[in-house]
Amino acid sequence: MRDVIIALVPALIASVAIFGPRSLLINAVSIISCMVFEYVTRKILKRKNTLSDLSAVVTGLLLAFNLPSTLPIWMVPIGAFVAIVVVKQFFGGIGQNFVNPALMGRIVLMVSFPGQMSTWVAPYNWNETVDAVTTATPLFELQNGATPTADLLDMLLGTRGGCLGETCTIALILGGAYLLARKVISPSIPLSFIGTVAVFMLIAGGFDLNYLAYNLMGGGLLIGAIFMATDYATCPLTSKGKIIYGIGCGLVACVIRQFGSYNEGVSFGIILMNLLVPHIDNLTKLKPFGFIKEKKQKEAKAE
Amino acid sequence: MLKHIAGVLSPIARGRGGVKVPHNKNTEDCRIIRMPAPDKVVLPMQQHIGAPCSPTVKVGDTVKVGQVIGDSDKFISAPIHASISGKVTAIADTVLANGRMAPAVTIESDGEMALFEGIEPPKVTDADSFRKAVRDSGLVGLGGAGFPSHVKFALSPDKPIDTIVVNAAECEPHITVDYRECLDNTLYIIRSLMIIKEYLKIPHAVIAVEDNKPKAIEKLQKVADEVGDGSIKVMALKSRYPQGAEKMIVYSATGRKIPLGKLPADVGVIVMNVTSTAFIGRYLETGKPLVSRSMTVDGSAIIKPQNVRVPIGTSLHDVIDFCGGFTTNLDKVIAGGPMMGTALVTTDVPIIKSYNAILAFQKGTIIDKPDNDCIRCGRCSQVCPMGLMPTNVMRSVKARDIDGLKDSNVIACMQCGTCAYACPAGRPLVQYLVLAKDMIREDGAKSGS
Repeated sequence: MRDVIIALVPALIASVAIFGPRSLLINAVSIISCMVFEYVTRKILKRKNTLSDLSAVVTGLLLAFNLPSTLPIWMVPIGAFVAIVVVKQFFGGIGQNFVNPALMGRIVLMVSFPGQMSTWVAPYNWNETVDAVTTATPLFELQNGATPTADLLDMLLGTRGGCLGETCTIALILGGAYLLARKVISPSIPLSFIGTVAVFMLIAGGFDLNYLAYNLMGGGLLIGAIFMATDYATCPLTSKGKIIYGIGCGLVACVIRQFGSYNEGVSFGIILMNLLVPHIDNLTKLKPFGFIKEKKQKEAKAE
Repeated sequence: MLKHIAGVLSPIARGRGGVKVPHNKNTEDCRIIRMPAPDKVVLPMQQHIGAPCSPTVKVGDTVKVGQVIGDSDKFISAPIHASISGKVTAIADTVLANGRMAPAVTIESDGEMALFEGIEPPKVTDADSFRKAVRDSGLVGLGGAGFPSHVKFALSPDKPIDTIVVNAAECEPHITVDYRECLDNTLYIIRSLMIIKEYLKIPHAVIAVEDNKPKAIEKLQKVADEVGDGSIKVMALKSRYPQGAEKMIVYSATGRKIPLGKLPADVGVIVMNVTSTAFIGRYLETGKPLVSRSMTVDGSAIIKPQNVRVPIGTSLHDVIDFCGGFTTNLDKVIAGGPMMGTALVTTDVPIIKSYNAILAFQKGTIIDKPDNDCIRCGRCSQVCPMGLMPTNVMRSVKARDIDGLKDSNVIACMQCGTCAYACPAGRPLVQYLVLAKDMIREDGAKSGS
């Protein structure tokens, strides 16, 4: 878990640089409330204190990364409550949650407070004394047929409207590379997830590379594919299962982006596939060494 | 660079599983030293897989080195010989390193180490007399399993054997006795192989060594070229634990996969440990049965780590004393290798034929992982050489889900410990797997009655 936190640091720095001190505040509130909820629930349920495994910190960080910088502070603990208490501890704590806690927290907030959850502030606007200038996310603009205000360099650096941690492509890829190098995650899920989105969007955009680039770097695709979908507890055990799961995540996300009323579908894609993980696991059980397929066995018997 | 990319992508191509373990072959330059005979030996009647022997001597009898003191009329069993000369002082149950009780013959030394008069080179003329000689020698697999060798040689006509694989992989960390055998007794290994091939009419032989032992490979190759007839192949295998496991080494050396629940003979292969192989050659020359064995004594808590030849039945405690004793701060004593060995609660246990190492470690020099909750990372499944899913087995054990266990093929587990080694949460996975096998057996016994 320490490695995941280290991998998230570049994105954290980027978000503070882009969205200002308020980003730090939301992050702090989110982390602290996740830790408090974890501690209190474990205490009430008379279970071992698990703060030291740092999973609550990771959940707090990821939750904050999925919130806009303008969100009223009192809403953050609500998301943390859903994530830690409802999704994680009610189901038995670390490793037992059936969906990604941070994502569920985000989705509950998104459904409960759609307005506040989609008010985006323009980058570098935090030091203005007047009211912050709001902006739209590039994906929203794309869906509405407009040319995004952010150019591709902005997409790369993260200087665009969006959730705190999702905007800076470079920081996220840096974190992902660190996780891969430390072998914390396997490349199966990010590659199959992003690959599916790439193929789908290439076709949907009529082989427009610009459109493809916005779709890959826009929204929460990278943070989702690298940090959220790869959560051990909610992804399949085997490599084959992981690839199926990654493709599934990508497809659902694309379908929502392309045809749904939301302009972002990554969270829903991951949550939906989380629910299917037990079935994927069942279908992709490993074959033991020296296992002979039934058909072959019958043939051998016939001989 | 390419190698690095392949390393990152390796989890996708699951391949054969396994893990890279540190080799720690600290004693590889220690020639095997003969330990002086102890004052007393305790010879358990169960030192092999199969039927236990019953004592053929009585309390008060005088025995000499190499005399049979325990035998059985069952096929899967091997006789046990006196390892020192002296007087039988007791026949009583004793505790073995694995915690089981077994009847044992205690011999107190007369200090003579006189050889038994009946010892002479066996007359071997054909396959049957060869098998009989191997049985009389008391040889069992010296690599750790302790399977009686003559049983392996009892070939059945409907399962023709075309290859004998000599297992010199020694993939467990620390242990170096097989390596020393390759270097010091190379000639015996090759000669034995020629003899086995001749009597059992096996056309091919492969000596499989992990590639972290280049000297052994070189020497084996040289001698095989000089003495052999070209039918013996020396093969360097990738160093990856558990390369030396029977099914793994057969696959690596011949490309044949042993089906679930089958033996090497089902794919036309016999696997022999390299030290056992060399022993056959020596035995056919001298007729001296298996009364001592070589073992590695190593670890941070041993004052003088070395390889020793120990009379069978010597107390483990005496062996450690011979190697200078323990340092302070002793934490764990293990009979066998660090991956598959048994942690001991007492050093007052006899050395039996199948032990190839004693390891002792100081506090702070072993990684004592905390036992945390499973985070479902799937590493155990990724590394399992048998393609099992230990985390699922663990869940089924906790839920006492017998059907789930049967479905998991856990019975194929060989307890190599790779899963527990890879587990970041420090779960005692091997213990759960053993428990799972016991539960399946228990259930089978229940429904059978």
